[in-house]
Amino acid sequence: MAVQSNLKSMVLCLTTVCLVCSALLAGVYAMTKAPIDETSARILRESIGAVLPEGGELSEPVAAEVGGQQSEYYVLTKDGAPAAYAVKSCVPGFGGTLEVMVGVTADGVVYNTSVLSHQETPGLGAKCTTDVPFMEQWRGFDPAARVLAVRKDGGDVDAITASTITSRAYTLAVKNAVDLVRSLAGAAPTDGATGASVRPAETQNDGGQDNE
Amino acid sequence: MEDKTMSKFQLITKGLVKDNPTFVLLLGMCPTLATTTSAVNGLSMGLATLFVLVLSNMAISAIAPVVPDKVHIPVYIVVIATFVTILQLLMQAFTPGIYATLGLFIPLIVVNCIVLGRAEAFASKHSVGDSALDGLGVGLGFTLSLTVIGLVREILGSGSAFGWKFLPGDGMLAFVMAPGAFLVLGYLMVLFNKYLAKK
Repeated sequence: MAVQSNLKSMVLCLTTVCLVCSALLAGVYAMTKAPIDETSARILRESIGAVLPEGGELSEPVAAEVGGQQSEYYVLTKDGAPAAYAVKSCVPGFGGTLEVMVGVTADGVVYNTSVLSHQETPGLGAKCTTDVPFMEQWRGFDPAARVLAVRKDGGDVDAITASTITSRAYTLAVKNAVDLVRSLAGAAPTDGATGASVRPAETQNDGGQDNE
Repeated sequence: MEDKTMSKFQLITKGLVKDNPTFVLLLGMCPTLATTTSAVNGLSMGLATLFVLVLSNMAISAIAPVVPDKVHIPVYIVVIATFVTILQLLMQAFTPGIYATLGLFIPLIVVNCIVLGRAEAFASKHSVGDSALDGLGVGLGFTLSLTVIGLVREILGSGSAFGWKFLPGDGMLAFVMAPGAFLVLGYLMVLFNKYLAKK
């Protein structure tokens, strides 16, 4: 309309607009950084609290490899011995990475699980955060007595209706966490010899199948 | 000429009915189909778009006279992207619940053709105040359409309305998935245009 489109005016206009916009974004970013960090720290704290038994002392995060991915876990110590572990487990879901906090007691039984973040389809896979029967089945799930796989794959996990991929991913996240705790507990003197001899072989087998 | 005789009130209502972005202009189909799995999701996406639409319309109508013609599209997109990113940061900080469900779709508002469409067709030629009203009207029309589509899909697909479950069981799951989105959109479009034709 008003301004001629020559090189000078175009460069000037684009530069000014980009500078102003960047400054604006930097301002908003600085303003929202604290609340965003606070929120994610709160979600992490709450989910650790939800997946572990009451009481005891929680350790600082320990870096570890969970299911081939760099992640971390927290140890809950009671009476001088590790009582339970909260493992942050990341697996590829249907829409993106599915991050699950898995609480596992030292004897390898799942205490509870909680979703940290997900990108599943709203109304389908996203139900893994609201579907009560699906979420509740993890409480006290003993992988030594029941098979940690969805029913379609011959396991004992009830999948969310029409969301098998999300349910499989969730199950894998739990399985990776349980495997980690087993290897940790296997090294600790509290666990018997059976855990050390049988379980690592089983882990390797399943790992091979997942890759294919 | 037509726009000059239009009252402030008409500026808002034309976005709701006559120029309804979803059912009449068929703009912004990607977020329409993707986010309307429930009434609340549709409503939140509509309001997010409304926010961006009003602010970008105002900013663009203010800077339009000094923007050279040949670079006006990149300038508008930068302005729109800035507002979308601001919205994303604000949602992440203050409404983490909504951000958890809709976060994935918020960056897509940048390429929502409604926003650029209004910037091109209206904001660049009108005053800041009128552009704000236009953004408000079109944004409300979009919000309303998305909420209605979301409500119908939620009732048929999940047996609930705004999260309130009134039917036991799962409902017709196809309506939560993509095919249901097309079906509901198509039938609502028929009803809407039949109503418009009658008037």
